[in-house]
Amino acid sequence: MQAERTENVAVYAVPPEKTSRWALLRKQLHTHRHLYVLMSPFMLIFFLFTVIPVAMSLVLSFFYFNMLEFPRFIGWQNYARLFLNDDVFLIALKNTLLFAVITGPISYVACFLFAWIINELSPKVRAFMTLVFYAPSISGNVFFIWLIIFSGDSYGYLNGFLMRVGFILEPIQWLQDEKYILAIVIIVQLWLSLGTSFLAFIAGLQTIDKTLVEAGSVDGIKNRWQELWYITLPSMKPQLMFGAVMQITAAFAVADISIALAGFPSVNYAAHTVVTHLMDFGTIRFEMGYASAIATVLFGLMLGTNIVTQKLLRKVGE
Amino acid sequence: MSTKVLPVLRVRKRLNRSFTVSFLLFGLLAIFGSFMVLPLVYTINNAFKPLDELFIFPPRFFVNNPTMDNFYDLVALMGNSWVPFTRYISNTILITSLGTAGHIFLASAAAYPLAKYRFPGSKILFTIVILSLMFSPHVTAIPNYMVMSWLGWINTHAAIIVPSLAFSLGLFLMKQFMEQIPDALLEAAKIDGASEYRIFWSIVMPNVKPAWLTLMILQFPALWGTDGGNFIYSENLKPLNYALSQIIQGGIARAGVGAAVALVIMIVPISLFIVSQSSVIQTMATSGMKD
Repeated sequence: MQAERTENVAVYAVPPEKTSRWALLRKQLHTHRHLYVLMSPFMLIFFLFTVIPVAMSLVLSFFYFNMLEFPRFIGWQNYARLFLNDDVFLIALKNTLLFAVITGPISYVACFLFAWIINELSPKVRAFMTLVFYAPSISGNVFFIWLIIFSGDSYGYLNGFLMRVGFILEPIQWLQDEKYILAIVIIVQLWLSLGTSFLAFIAGLQTIDKTLVEAGSVDGIKNRWQELWYITLPSMKPQLMFGAVMQITAAFAVADISIALAGFPSVNYAAHTVVTHLMDFGTIRFEMGYASAIATVLFGLMLGTNIVTQKLLRKVGE
Repeated sequence: MSTKVLPVLRVRKRLNRSFTVSFLLFGLLAIFGSFMVLPLVYTINNAFKPLDELFIFPPRFFVNNPTMDNFYDLVALMGNSWVPFTRYISNTILITSLGTAGHIFLASAAAYPLAKYRFPGSKILFTIVILSLMFSPHVTAIPNYMVMSWLGWINTHAAIIVPSLAFSLGLFLMKQFMEQIPDALLEAAKIDGASEYRIFWSIVMPNVKPAWLTLMILQFPALWGTDGGNFIYSENLKPLNYALSQIIQGGIARAGVGAAVALVIMIVPISLFIVSQSSVIQTMATSGMKD
């Protein structure tokens, strides 16, 4: 056993004799073979359904492929068509960026703000309020309730309410009117967005060292805002970075809610997003090469925004 | 004696808190809290409304004369639909239980080496896992469909279950949580002659029970709410959520049953969260991204 332990250490030390790199690697692989066995089932599936598909998508985006004929290489044509000839894609891109710019930051701040207020409550109330805010995100497809609330006839709750109050005389077609669709999808998206990052923030706030707060007050911290800025936020940096990833990815992926509320396609593409555009070409028109180009653009958008945000958040408080 | 206040009467004042701001913040919490919870309360109320109350004008939020009729109708509908309704339920239960249990097991097995060892490839694998958190599964939908069709998994439950087993968020959270297990514990087992598999199964796994529940709460709702997507087209393989959407499309005649099914679908993940909340919070405390 002792021998095995020293081997683990030796991985980082300079090998005593001059062994070739390959021999060393082989030795390490042998030492850790059980670990590879443990990891293999997960990694096999993970590579098969996540890593390889990303690579396939990148490659396919340069081909014309309809699932029947053999793929034909067409270079940058898919991308050229996407940005120069596809007006609907530009609408989808505009909507997606709009969703991301609005729901991303708002939901991120909301997750933190509510977690921060909830943290002040006594443990029982805290557990209850956590449930209240988290429940929508795990309640399955219950967001179709919003269909009833925003229903276009006078039986819709919002119409019924506004008509009773006398604010409007005729029911408004909330989900068919371009003026409202985008705003409604954003509201429902926000309602659903207090998910994993919200829980991470609740948990992170509870782990903050109480003595830091006391020490801070000795050092002249007077109110909760100063405490938030100088103690709470810096102590929660890891959770804040994790939460940012979760919220950004979700903000770019709006699709199911748009389809459920506004239909597919929505009136005049008012709630069309990059993901619904992808579904259109991938699952209806079977233009797999073109759909892959859309997927690649989406991939770039999500990954790029995440990496830039991580860099920025890392700088905060340095 | 006279200067000292009785301990009972002493109000514990918290550091750095003014009453006015607390009051305003709790007011804000109450307003948004009700915005969050109203649609759920409405779903619960709807399920117990008799038909005439479901279609009353102007629409009413709360139920007046609660009734169980909708649930009786649901049971009746279960009995005489073309595909027995119990089939939808058993499909959903099969997908959800296999998908969730399998995910917890595979993600833990993969998380243990990443959390406790450094070996060739460990760093790059974990970086890939982190990167995969940064894009949504929509990106891989098209190639996934092709992979499925090559494997011959279209129109089988495997098409839903197998990809969900390797849900990378679960691996990430499990790995972060496992890092807390003291190395001394593992070393002691190793000295006693336990193999890596043995250590994983009898030492690591029992120590990460809170993380099991967290992975469950993150995986469960997605599988429970699946409608089969593009992968399943045979009626007798469809899950419960698909049946729900069919019932809702049945329109007015099925409004009551639809409300009952909606409640059933909503209540299961929420109850699970109520039971597991403290474990979940405990796990999420380690969720941070260090670098």
